[in-house]
Amino acid sequence: MFWDWDYAFDVLPVLAKASIVTIQATLAGFILALVLGLVFAIMRMSRNRAVTGATTAVVEFIRSTPLLIQIFFIYFVLPEFGIVLDAFLAGTLALGIHYATYCSEVYRAGIEAIPRGQWEAATALNLSPATTFKDIIIPQAIPPVVPALGNYLVALFKETPLLSAIAVLELMQTAKILGSQNFRYIEPITLVGVFFLIFSLIASAAIRCAERRLSTIGKR
Amino acid sequence: MPLKSIVVTAIVAFAAGLVFASFAGYELFIPGLLEGTWITIQITVGGALLAVVAAFIAALARMYGPAPIRWLASAYIEVFRGTSALVQLFWLFFVLPQLGVTLSPMTSAILALGLNIGAYGAEVVRGAINGVSRDQWEATIALNMSRVLALRRIILPQAFVAMIPPWGNLFIELLKSTALVSLITISDLTFRAQQMNQATFRTLEIFTLVLLIYLGISLLITFGMRALERVATGGIVRGRAS
Amino acid sequence: MVRFSGVTKRYGDLTVLDNLDLDVAPQEKVAIIGPSGSGKTTVLRMLMTLEPIDEGVIYVDGKPLTHMESNGGLVRANEKYLRSVRGNIGMVFQHFNLFPHMTVLRNCTEAPINVLGLSKAEAEERAVELLELVGLGDKLGEYPQRLSGGQKQRVAIARALAMRPKVMLFDEVTSALDPELVGEVLNAIRMLGKQFQLTMLMVTHQMGFAKEFADRVCFFYEGKIHEEGPPEEIFNSPKRERTHQFLSAVLEAG
Repeated sequence: MFWDWDYAFDVLPVLAKASIVTIQATLAGFILALVLGLVFAIMRMSRNRAVTGATTAVVEFIRSTPLLIQIFFIYFVLPEFGIVLDAFLAGTLALGIHYATYCSEVYRAGIEAIPRGQWEAATALNLSPATTFKDIIIPQAIPPVVPALGNYLVALFKETPLLSAIAVLELMQTAKILGSQNFRYIEPITLVGVFFLIFSLIASAAIRCAERRLSTIGKR
Repeated sequence: MPLKSIVVTAIVAFAAGLVFASFAGYELFIPGLLEGTWITIQITVGGALLAVVAAFIAALARMYGPAPIRWLASAYIEVFRGTSALVQLFWLFFVLPQLGVTLSPMTSAILALGLNIGAYGAEVVRGAINGVSRDQWEATIALNMSRVLALRRIILPQAFVAMIPPWGNLFIELLKSTALVSLITISDLTFRAQQMNQATFRTLEIFTLVLLIYLGISLLITFGMRALERVATGGIVRGRAS
Repeated sequence: MVRFSGVTKRYGDLTVLDNLDLDVAPQEKVAIIGPSGSGKTTVLRMLMTLEPIDEGVIYVDGKPLTHMESNGGLVRANEKYLRSVRGNIGMVFQHFNLFPHMTVLRNCTEAPINVLGLSKAEAEERAVELLELVGLGDKLGEYPQRLSGGQKQRVAIARALAMRPKVMLFDEVTSALDPELVGEVLNAIRMLGKQFQLTMLMVTHQMGFAKEFADRVCFFYEGKIHEEGPPEEIFNSPKRERTHQFLSAVLEAG
């Protein structure tokens, strides 16, 4: 009696459809996080101390405050400045910006792990800083940090239910609506949990696999 | 985070706070926000205590327990790390009552968030214990210590120092995740922010101020953990092998 | 006092110790020498129960160490049994393995208080006595990080002695030390030999010390005792070719 299979099978297709929104938000948010994170990382390494300081402050500020408030901020405050975004866009933007700060730390670690000799060789060849970054540093810095970035992809994915707070019809919101319509929350919310668990376990297995492959490449 | 950036952030935050506080009419929403802040702090502290206890029990059970207990601990860690904090919170709040267990919103909140962070904390504890060198275990065997004694007196005290910085990060994650409890009717800082927003429409001021309050609590946690680390190392240079 | 009977140890395909038989009399001092990888450290580690053995039995004081009697036969020892027999043995490690979060005094009282059940006062009295004996009476409140390697190793010796073992194991105790600190540690060991009724097994590269201090020298080669005898005999007129080669190589280098 605790678990109603018929009801579970009834809600499953609806949830499956909603999971598409969850996955869209995850991918869009993560692409933004990857790009913006790299921008943050490079700005934090700038020679201009004002740029470095300001970027650091912004990054620490975003990392130290709740994502939910940031979602509200973008959704409710930006319209006051004439920027009106729909809920999905606002939520995805917040996710992307929030996780960009985490990604920037990962990139930074990757860049700092590049031996000094690489920078010196680039200087000796008289490459411009931009070329050095683009052709020498970034291609070496990114592959080793792919697993760490992957972990943040999973973390971002698990935070997409927060978009339900601004009524984006992703998994969690759909499950809540189903629950309140039928007065039964057990099946929809548990199914959402199972969905996240399965995807997280698959993703962590994939990340471990990537880590192993990277370490064998490193040994060659 | 580096000390310099903390100082920069704090100065910016302080200046911004002054600007916003000088706006007229702030008395309309400040008291409500302060009440919410108090609730947020209570949940953070409660959740942190639960997280530490859960993390140590789960980590030790996973490392040294007999098979069934080991599986149980692994299942706890994987399930709470593999699903999202909000799903866990909603599960306790919406599903449990339908299974006949009704918890107060506050209890659900502390339980869900504490157990969630505790699962991550278990991995921190495990990593720190594994980080203590094998030589130390061998010394305890040569002195005929039992495993429990060795763990309690020799291994854990050394692991403890290495755990402090990652725990600081987890406590900040915990603070951030307390914002979720506003979605199960608890009038924490985030909940109050929305409430005050609907009442006064001072959207920009309210949300900015709320972000600054969260930042302030984060900084308190960071400084607190720094101080704890200094005390734990006792001013001695940290060294693994000796 | 210590008897290895047909002891074999393998790591995968590699046989580290091959059917070893070794008898050590009470208060005998045995030096174990040999090239690296010859299994000499493994002998001590198995005696300290840090490594399980694959075949054979080790006896300490007439009682099986690695096995316990059950239903008339011998079965592999469990943790409880190991703890009851392990108390006879103390060990000093190459890398000291002091507890970095405890003072010198606490390093030496921790196990006596919590394992032997001594009162704090008794344990401290004993520890202070031993630390003074190894010449560290003025370092009681110091943390290990602030000591030199030689001092650390002398603390480690005092710590092991505080457990009142009958057998002491020394595993290359001077190998991690700067050359000028080796003497103080060897002096401490000499002193123990005189003051206490200890059976000692030491793995060492200090040939001069082995010659002067040991009652017997065992040369290990490829997991077996290749040659053994009184120090004068081994060092002055080794009978076997390998022993001779090893000794001349070591003496030339040293």
